[in-house]
Amino acid sequence: MYKITQLSIFLENKRGNLYQVLNLLAENDINIRALFLADTTEFGILRLVVQDPLKAKEILEKNYYIVKNTPIIGAELDDTPGGLSSILKILKDEEIDLEYLYAFTHERSEKAILLLQAKDLDELLSILNAYKIPLVPAEEVYNL
Amino acid sequence: MWNEEIECMSREDIFELQLKKLQATVKRAFDKIPFYTEKYSNANVFPEDIETLKDIEKLPFLTKDDLRACYPFGMFAVDKKEIIEVHSSSGTTGKPVVSGYTQGDIDNWGEIVARGLTMMGLDEDDIIQNTHGYGLFTGGFGVHYGAHKLGATIIPISTGQTRRQVEIMADFGTTCLIFTPSYGIYLGEVAKEEGIDFEKLGLKAIGFGAEMWTAEMRERIEDTFKTKAYNIYGLTELMGPGVGIECSAQNGLHIAEDFFYPEIIDPKTGNTLPEGTHGELVLTNLERESMPIIRFRTKDLTALHYDTCACGRTLARMERITGRSDDMIKVKGVAVFPSQIEKALLKVSDIEPHYQIIVTRPDIMDEIEIKVEASESLFSDDIKEMIGVKRKIGEYIQNEIGIAVNVSLVAPKSIPRSTKGKIQRVIDKRNLH
Repeated sequence: MYKITQLSIFLENKRGNLYQVLNLLAENDINIRALFLADTTEFGILRLVVQDPLKAKEILEKNYYIVKNTPIIGAELDDTPGGLSSILKILKDEEIDLEYLYAFTHERSEKAILLLQAKDLDELLSILNAYKIPLVPAEEVYNL
Repeated sequence: MWNEEIECMSREDIFELQLKKLQATVKRAFDKIPFYTEKYSNANVFPEDIETLKDIEKLPFLTKDDLRACYPFGMFAVDKKEIIEVHSSSGTTGKPVVSGYTQGDIDNWGEIVARGLTMMGLDEDDIIQNTHGYGLFTGGFGVHYGAHKLGATIIPISTGQTRRQVEIMADFGTTCLIFTPSYGIYLGEVAKEEGIDFEKLGLKAIGFGAEMWTAEMRERIEDTFKTKAYNIYGLTELMGPGVGIECSAQNGLHIAEDFFYPEIIDPKTGNTLPEGTHGELVLTNLERESMPIIRFRTKDLTALHYDTCACGRTLARMERITGRSDDMIKVKGVAVFPSQIEKALLKVSDIEPHYQIIVTRPDIMDEIEIKVEASESLFSDDIKEMIGVKRKIGEYIQNEIGIAVNVSLVAPKSIPRSTKGKIQRVIDKRNLH
């Protein structure tokens, strides 16, 4: 329940491509919770957390996008200075290598949500649990 | 004219001579080379069936695959001790084709190239700087033997060492340059940088070949070097350069018809096409001791003309090669087939990815880009892995074709399809046609 389904989408690095994919989701009433774009000069990977990942994937694939479901983990932290670094310190000390991370703030609770990806997601989960870092259930992230 | 008797012979006499030589060639091939014995017996056609020139159409074609199957010496009609030299094609798509030469073949090779050099206005007083490579490639040696026959001075410098080339042409007073069009354009630029004044150098002619070219490329070369440039055509299988050479009229290449019998066929049906019609060139050796090649499909597209040329020669003329009947492209002088790209792509993905080959020549050097549509199996959530996939594709392709390529991963369905859903495999933007 703590693994959030993130959509990873292959995009060519061309003017208008990001607009096109986001517009497609908008037209289909898919709300985006969080977004992260990794790019090279030629192509990029658009990572999205959306309200209804299964539906979004279906729509995207119908329109010839290459989409992969990638599980990630959401951790909750105080939206105060030092919030993020305290978690990173734990991961450093426990020798966990992150693939990438991105964060957004939760309007209602004044909490920040940190989205994390690591090679071994289960190990990351158990470490966060051991340090009693509150995790955000997937359903909660989809329905923020 | 080097050999007026042959070069201005009446058409009737040429055809008569060709028939005699063809009959002898077919008989010798059938008797001496098991490959032909079997091939012709299976096709139920025998040397005595060749009663007219038109009867050549009864003989099955010879393909590059046939020649590969005979690798290395299976096509030789003479004892190995008679063979004094061998050359070979590059063999980028499998086993190379080996071409053998007796002393007689080398003499004849010199003869046809000497005729061509004479057509270009050269004689024994000239100094020919030959930038074609000397090696298994036939370009260098063919021109070399022709220059010897002519009695001109040959500078066997080969390709490369471009500044040295420029120095030598100025110091030695080169009167003729032999090069491939792309190397020639580069050589011309270096020469300009070095301050060579081609008006003063006084070149008499340029012979170029081994690559496809356009009228614009010829103009650029003639403008740079301040002289006329003549096309030389040939292929390793049949001999090498000299099968056809342009005369001063620059209106097609004269085929040495006493040594080669040319036909144009429809590449799809194999039917012979009439004079002036474009199709695939098929060539037959009429006087090759070592290795008689009969009805070889060159895959080169051209047309033949038999009217007497403005230069007075009656030998048939072939037009400039305007394309290939297979999907081969020549990039940086290397033959590349889409099938090689496919083979490389299948190493990174189980399903064959959609791809397109784009060849450009931004200035003087060819560049090759392979667009590969990303797919489920080529995509991952990891940028590092994606870059790795891209690099691997490039490496596999380079291993396969021998030259470096730029690979780009593009979105699915982003390569344009025809109405039938087919991708045009090769886009050649070099305007060679």
